[in-house]
Amino acid sequence: MTWGLVFEQLLNGLQYGVMLFLMAAGLTLVLGIMNMVNLAHGSLYMVGAYLAVALTGWTGSYFAGVALALLGTLLVGMAMEVVALRTLYHRDHLDQVLATFGLILFFNELVSMIWGRGAQYAALPAWLQGHIELFTGSRYPVYRIAILVVGLTTAIVLWYVVTRTRLGMLVRAGASNRTMVAALGVNIKLLYTVVFGLGAALAGLAGLMAGPIYAVQPGMGELILIQVFVVIVIGGIGSVRGALVGAIVVGVVDTLGRAFLKPLLASVISPPAAEAAGPALASMLIYLLMAVVLAVRPAGLFSSR
Amino acid sequence: MIKPILAGVLAASVAITLPAAAQQQKIKIGFITTLSGPPAIIGKHMKDSVDLALDHLGHKMGGHAVEVIYGDDQFKPEVGVQLAEEMLKKNQVDFMAGIIWSNVMMAVVPVVTGAGHIMVGANAGASPLAGSQCNELYFSASWNNDQSPEALGKYLNDKGIGELYVMAPNYQAGKDMVAGLKRYYKGKIVDEVYTKFQQTDYQAEISQLRAKNPKAVFVFYPGGMGIQFVKQYVQAGLRDQIPLYSVFTVDETTLPALREAAIGQYEARFWSPDLDIPASKKYVADFEKKYGYIPSYYGAQSYDAIMLIDSAVRATKGNLKDTKALVAAMRKANYDSIRGKFQFNNNQHPIQDFYLLQAVKASNKDGVAMKIVQKAFEKHQDAYHQDCKMKW
Repeated sequence: MTWGLVFEQLLNGLQYGVMLFLMAAGLTLVLGIMNMVNLAHGSLYMVGAYLAVALTGWTGSYFAGVALALLGTLLVGMAMEVVALRTLYHRDHLDQVLATFGLILFFNELVSMIWGRGAQYAALPAWLQGHIELFTGSRYPVYRIAILVVGLTTAIVLWYVVTRTRLGMLVRAGASNRTMVAALGVNIKLLYTVVFGLGAALAGLAGLMAGPIYAVQPGMGELILIQVFVVIVIGGIGSVRGALVGAIVVGVVDTLGRAFLKPLLASVISPPAAEAAGPALASMLIYLLMAVVLAVRPAGLFSSR
Repeated sequence: MIKPILAGVLAASVAITLPAAAQQQKIKIGFITTLSGPPAIIGKHMKDSVDLALDHLGHKMGGHAVEVIYGDDQFKPEVGVQLAEEMLKKNQVDFMAGIIWSNVMMAVVPVVTGAGHIMVGANAGASPLAGSQCNELYFSASWNNDQSPEALGKYLNDKGIGELYVMAPNYQAGKDMVAGLKRYYKGKIVDEVYTKFQQTDYQAEISQLRAKNPKAVFVFYPGGMGIQFVKQYVQAGLRDQIPLYSVFTVDETTLPALREAAIGQYEARFWSPDLDIPASKKYVADFEKKYGYIPSYYGAQSYDAIMLIDSAVRATKGNLKDTKALVAAMRKANYDSIRGKFQFNNNQHPIQDFYLLQAVKASNKDGVAMKIVQKAFEKHQDAYHQDCKMKW
């Protein structure tokens, strides 16, 4: 195990964490501010990926496709809020889980009907393909660096919006006491629709960034959703800062676990035992981490309440 | 006086309708596959191929009209069992066929054979069914799970690839594939990495792999996992550094999503659309004409399953009551298979050739196609047939 490899794996962890953050930011806003458990967040991620593929092909330009896909996911999200979710705010979480689970089935079937059952081809512009030499002998995909840049930029923009703008102030106020915000004359209905739309656009951004490295297929959102819930539980529900820290912690822990747990175990216990225990432990690691965080800080690292 | 007349009229009408009904005997086949969720693309290839087989047969087997009833197992053994029972009891099917997944197959086979009907597997190749739990009413129109990795292992061994890095998802099929590979590959295995089932991101594993710098890599990543792994492998710049060999990872169901990322990939299997065999060429050409996409081996073996059933129905002149004669006819496999001439082993699994394929540039709409490089294993028998007590 060389230091170069450790550095590369840390970078991998950071990059994976940033990917998770893009998903988690939208989910935590919706869950924290609207007290809404939205299992269909993964469907919005899928919608973003599909729209990017379709619109990039249609416009012939990567940037136009991406911009339209973001706008499209925002609109789909707002429509979803107005049509389906608005009636669920006062219901308990179980009803919300059932209804949004129904939305997952709906969206999976919808994309299958429009685009077919098979996975879609997600193209990349030439300048995002290929790899760079991090240090001698280590090639790193350019696109992974792009994800890192986009994710961190999004984090900064979100931080600015939430802490420095009027919308952000309302969002924070809504998260701490929604009744009071409504009593002060804020159009809480509109605020919810806007916040949900923004959350959807963030999921769409994650989806369209994920398209070229993952498989764009029906049900793709559910594969990543569990990790995203772990992230927001660790970070503290409703906190964007918590989502960032939680995502990077989960990304790094998961990556280092997958990379180094087996060789480390092999130096302590017998190699065949490590062979069996390594992968099993590595896939449990983030859940163990969540259990520890919940035991020490039941409301997460950065609770907004 | 009226009663006897009525009775006479009734009797006469019965006498007239009975032979007519017997002539219109309809052969029914229940076909179970997965038609919902992400694996539904495989189910689509299979269903389209069965429909094409019916077209080729003129929707008749041995002069009798034939009907196929489709069922969606949703990837779940209990749903498969429920479908099989419904098809056997309510639809009164004569044969059962299909099934993608080994665990669904293990659950469904006892239901079908227990009811005295023939089951023809069109994908799943669970080892117990080839070995100790073989059954004279169960036929495989596909292969046993670990035959493809065995063929690849033999090829790598023959080629003298001295060291190999092995990756697969951490579940039973993943372990079975690696066991099959090791049965014929005797070189050094640098590392054996098992990843989480349905994992999406492989960058961490790819960095580890590069650090070990092996001569070649073997993977088994079916479906979406394969798309993800191969794309990420290529993006990391490894395609031109370390050759990637796989089974059940790159095929016609995933090529449209992979396109240029697949070029250079090696796979081993029993069939490829470019196979130079008349029945196969006819199947591929008519399939492309009818559906506008290239068929996969999932489709080819489903097509073959229907043709196999047809051969038995023709040989027994449609007398489906005599199960013994039907089984004997099935065992002959006397028809033009998409894999050329093959024969059944004592466990009623095919003895067949396996090939090494490579994904190469092509002029179709995906710009890539699988091409046979060479035969990897001639008349390959699965490793379990000795455990099967059947002799015939």
